[in-house]
Formats: sequence, structure tokens, C-alpha cells
Amino acid sequence: MSTIVSPEKKAARPRWQNALLSRDAVMVAILIATIITASAMLPRFASPLTVGFLLIDVIPVLLIAMPMTLVIIAGEIDLSVASTAGLTSALMGVLWQSGQSMVTIVVLGLIAGLLCGALNGLLVAGLGLPSLAVTIGTLALYRGLALVTIGDDAVADFPVEATSFVTSKIGATGIPVVMIGALLIVLAYAVVLHMTPFGRGLFALGFSTEAAKFVGVKVDRTKFWLFVGTGVVSALAGIFWTLRYSSARSDNASGLELAVVAAVLLGGVSIFGGRGTILGVVSAVLLIGTVNYGLRLERVSDVVLIIVTGALLIISVVGPRIAEGVATRWRGRRLRARVSPTSS
Amino acid sequence: MSNLTATAEPTEQDSTWAARAFESLRHMRELPVLAALVVLIVVTYAVNPLFLSPQGVKDLMLNSTIVVILAVGQAMVIITRNVDLSIGSIVGLTAFLTGTLFSGNPDLPIAVVLVAGILLGGALGMFNGLLVTLAGVPALVITLGTLYIFRGLNNAWAGGTQYFADDRPQAFGNLSVQTVLGIPIITLIAVAVVLVAGLVMARTRPGRDLYAIGSDPDAAKLFGIPTTQRVLSAFVVNGMLAGLAGVLYASRFNSVGATTGTGIELDIVAAAVVGGVAIFGGSGSVVGAAFGAVLLTTITSALTAVRVDKFWQQAIVGVLILAAIIIDRLVAMRNERKLRAEAQR
Repeated sequence: MSTIVSPEKKAARPRWQNALLSRDAVMVAILIATIITASAMLPRFASPLTVGFLLIDVIPVLLIAMPMTLVIIAGEIDLSVASTAGLTSALMGVLWQSGQSMVTIVVLGLIAGLLCGALNGLLVAGLGLPSLAVTIGTLALYRGLALVTIGDDAVADFPVEATSFVTSKIGATGIPVVMIGALLIVLAYAVVLHMTPFGRGLFALGFSTEAAKFVGVKVDRTKFWLFVGTGVVSALAGIFWTLRYSSARSDNASGLELAVVAAVLLGGVSIFGGRGTILGVVSAVLLIGTVNYGLRLERVSDVVLIIVTGALLIISVVGPRIAEGVATRWRGRRLRARVSPTSS
Repeated sequence: MSNLTATAEPTEQDSTWAARAFESLRHMRELPVLAALVVLIVVTYAVNPLFLSPQGVKDLMLNSTIVVILAVGQAMVIITRNVDLSIGSIVGLTAFLTGTLFSGNPDLPIAVVLVAGILLGGALGMFNGLLVTLAGVPALVITLGTLYIFRGLNNAWAGGTQYFADDRPQAFGNLSVQTVLGIPIITLIAVAVVLVAGLVMARTRPGRDLYAIGSDPDAAKLFGIPTTQRVLSAFVVNGMLAGLAGVLYASRFNSVGATTGTGIELDIVAAAVVGGVAIFGGSGSVVGAAFGAVLLTTITSALTAVRVDKFWQQAIVGVLILAAIIIDRLVAMRNERKLRAEAQR
């Protein structure tokens, strides 16, 4: 594993160099390089229009990727997120038709998300069931409840104020207003993960549940709140989705769970838990968004683009493994070279 | 984790033959799902006798066939503590391959197409398996990646093209129409798959090795099991079965195109889990997974037969999956307590 760094290597390299060579830095560099390349090669790429479309497209994945990062770092997974978003969307449609105010609808939607997350949390933390299996179950359950709620109908007559607010931009920058909210959530999750004892506990939890228990992490409670977090943020993404497309349907956001997991893993979060950063995940989400948008401008068909997502994901996990193997072999040879003169 | 305080009293040891037989039956992991299936069929039949009309039974079998084949393959992979999320895309590619082959040369023998589909599936499975074993990256990540890559290839290949049943020879479509002893031919293929896979997993060295690997990969390696080779072969076999399922899909359903098989991967994993295959490997059986697949497909027809609103069906499937996991956990906890009590004696 890459976590076993020999002490001499650590001492030999200054901290800033380590930071520059970290996986996050590489991700950010690739992202910047991609943006520069795209701007240089695609005439229509560098424009406020691009910024607007690109960001609005990535917001659902970006939002859900935040709590998902924490969940995966803690050694669990939540596959029910897209169904939670779909259920929220269906609920919004029905509530709007029954004449509720937009505020009530949003609040009830968030509560629905909270309950979905809490059920996941109870099953995983309370009963100690594997989250992979549980959330495959709730993936079906929540999507099913969405169908029960709204059936085959689609509600599309949401108020223009709400739908245009969601797609509105900040002045001439092209940056969607909602991005401010998304950014706040990203920051909140970054602070929680990287600057609080709770966040440090998550890494411990992902590394070893037993060890985490011994150092005083309240394992069950922590996991419960993580799932509540994914539930609420997924509901938020569902609300955004509904208003952005001005359509409440039972199949909204379906299949999004795997896109989110792919982005999180591309961002360097270990599927085994214990490793990952918010910065890496945000770069990965933006990277996928940029590549897709750029290729789409070049009229590469949307459906073929998913090859890019898949290839990025595989290269991102297999690449470091190969590099690691080469590095270990090289280090071994160097060590042997240094040992042999002294022994002779 | 459960509290491992062993407070259970030593139990009586009156183990007559019947009691022991009952005991071993009770320990069968397939039992809950089998019981659920029987109850489901009996209750539905009681409410609506048409459910078990000849046509009804035939539909049940046809609907289960493809899911059963996929669940068997998936179970083998899950038992080794891996997973293959790319099967939906493999089904899509092989189904489209079938359509392409037949539309190009309608006189092609069915066997050739079957072999072609199985080979393509096996190759894709090998791609997954090599990445998982050689790079040492978790299967969940790799197969999530290949899920997208294979689907993208399918999209690029198919574009907007769709092949319909008319493009395929009558004899090929007949595989899903004609019956032998009341059982559709493609269902017979699925039954054969279940039997062979079940025997291999239960009675042969390679099969048992897969369980050992899933229980404890490091121990399996120390014990001298060729883990890389075994895991790789599990992925290849799973790919071949997905390829077979893809070809049969083209026989069973009218159209095959770019999106064939999209999104079925989690349903298949769910079927295996419902059938008692532990998601973290080492226990369960392919027969259980097959029962799980039959249960999940039957429940949809059953709910229609008893006139439950169709919108409730998926929610009920979700509840069923959760129930299966919870029951499995409770049984495991009870066995653990019992083992501890016995160890204390």
C-alpha cells in the first residue's frame, strides 16, 4: 500500500514538495491542463456560456459527491442517493399539485431526504448490516416509493420564479447563482472532514473500525449521521433537478448513484475507506464535467462520452498501482545497491 | 458488530435422526428464499388461480430465465468477495452482436451465434478479471469503470440502430416460444446452467476454492490456492454467462439496441443477496441466487395477478431485499451465539 512510506523518503523530501506531488495536486493540475487545452483548441469553449452550462450540469453530482466522500472514507457506501433525489422530486410534484407553497414543498422534500438517510443509517449503524447491500435495497425501495407517490405522471407547471432562479446567473460571469449554495455545502463538508475531530474520526473509522472504537470514535452514531447527511443533500439535489428541468417525475436522476461514486473514486477516495480529500473529489467532478462538455462541443455523441468517465476512473486507480509497482522495484534496487558495498 | 457476550445456556443434545435432518435443513441458506417463493406462489394462486395457468407458468419461467443466468454468474463472483457491475453492459454488447450477426447472414447456425456471444462475454469478463487481479484494484471500482466503457462501446457501435425480431431467423426466436415438457427451451438452458454451476461450486476443488478465497483471501493464498487464477476464472465464467444471457435476450425480446440491459446490474446483485449470497463473500450458493432471481421476477407477476397497483411493485421489491439482509443477519447472530454456547460446553 502507498500508505507505508519509508521514513528516509519522508525526511528527504520537504513538505511543499510532497504537497505538490500529492494525488490532489495531480488532479488539480490535470483539471487546469484540460481547461487550458480545451480553451485553446475549442473556439467556443472559453465563454461565460460554457461556465454556466458546465457548472449547472455538474451541480447534482457535485452536491451528492460531498456526503458520499465522507461515507466512502468511513468505509461505507450509499447507492440509494439517486432514488432519494427521485423520491424528493416526485413528492415535490404531488405537493405542488395539491397547492402547497414552494417553501413548504422544499422543507417537506428535505425532511423526506432526512428520513431516507435515517433509515439507511439505522439499518447500517443500528443493525450492523453491510451498507452495500442495504442501500441496494433502499435504492429499489425509495425509487418504488417515488413511483407510488407520483405514478406515471409528470408535473411541469412549477412557478417561473422558482425555475428561473435555479438557472439564473451572477451578472455576466455565467456562474449560476445556485453555485453559491453548492459552494457553501462543499466548504462545509471540507471543514467537517479536514478540520474537525469528527472528520479525523472518519479516516480512523475507514482504516479500522476496531481501532477507531479504541480511540473513542462513536462508530454507530457517526455512521448514522453520515447517512442522514447523504439523504438530506440528495434531497437537495433532487429539488435542484426538479426545478432545473421544471419536471417532477418518478425516474428523475435515476442512475446518478454510479456517476457520483465514479467521480468520488476518480477524486482519489479509497473504496476501502480511510483515504481521500474534498479537493480531489471536487477536481474530479469538474474534470469529468469539463471533458464531457468539451467533447460535446466537438459533437462527440453524448452516449459515447460515458467511455471517458469509465476510462478516467480505471486509469485513475490502475495508473497509481503501476507507478507504485515501478517505484517499489526501483527503490528496492537502490537499497540493494547501497547495501551491497557495506556488506562486501 | 453484535455483542459477543455468550450468555446462552447449553442446549439439550437430543439429536435424533429427524431432528438432525431438520437441523441441517434449517441451516440451509437457501431455505428462507425458497419458503418465501413457495408462500408467494401459493397465496397468489389462492387469490387468482389464473396465475398458474399454463400460459402464466410459461411467462413466469420466461421472465426468470435471463435473470437466473446472470444471478448464477454474479453469485460466483460475489462469493470470491468481488462484484461485477458491468454485466448489464456485457448483455447489451452481446445482444447487439447477436442482432448484427443475424441481420448480416440470416442463415448462420444458432450454435455459432451462441458461441460468439459467449466468447465475447468471456473476453469482456477476462478484461475485468485481469484488471482486478493484476492491478489489485477493488472489483467494485474496476467494473464500475467497465460498466461505462462497455456501454459506451455499445452506444458507439449501435448508434441509433436497432434490430428487431424480424431481423432474426424464426428458429432463433422459437427458442423462447417452443417448449419441452412445458418448459421453454431458453429456460432449460438456464436450468442446465444452474445445475452445472451448482455442482461445480459444491463438489469440485475449484468451486470450493472460490469460497475459501471469499472467506479469507490471505489465508487462501497461504493455503496454496491459486487465488489470482481462480478469481480470474470466476470473472471469465461470469462474463460468459452474461454473454449467453445477452444472446438469449435477443431471442426473448423484440428489439436490441444501444441501451439493451441498462441498469440491470444492481437488480442482479439484489437477486443474489436475496438468495442468501453474502455480499462480502464466502457464503451462499448459486442455487440460492437462482431462487432469489426467480423470487424477484415472480413477485412482479404475482402483484399484477393479485391486482396490486403496479406502482407498488418496486417498493415491495426493495422491502424484500432489506428483509433478506435482515433475516440473514439475525440467523447469523443466532448461529454465532449457539456456536459459542457449544464451545463453552
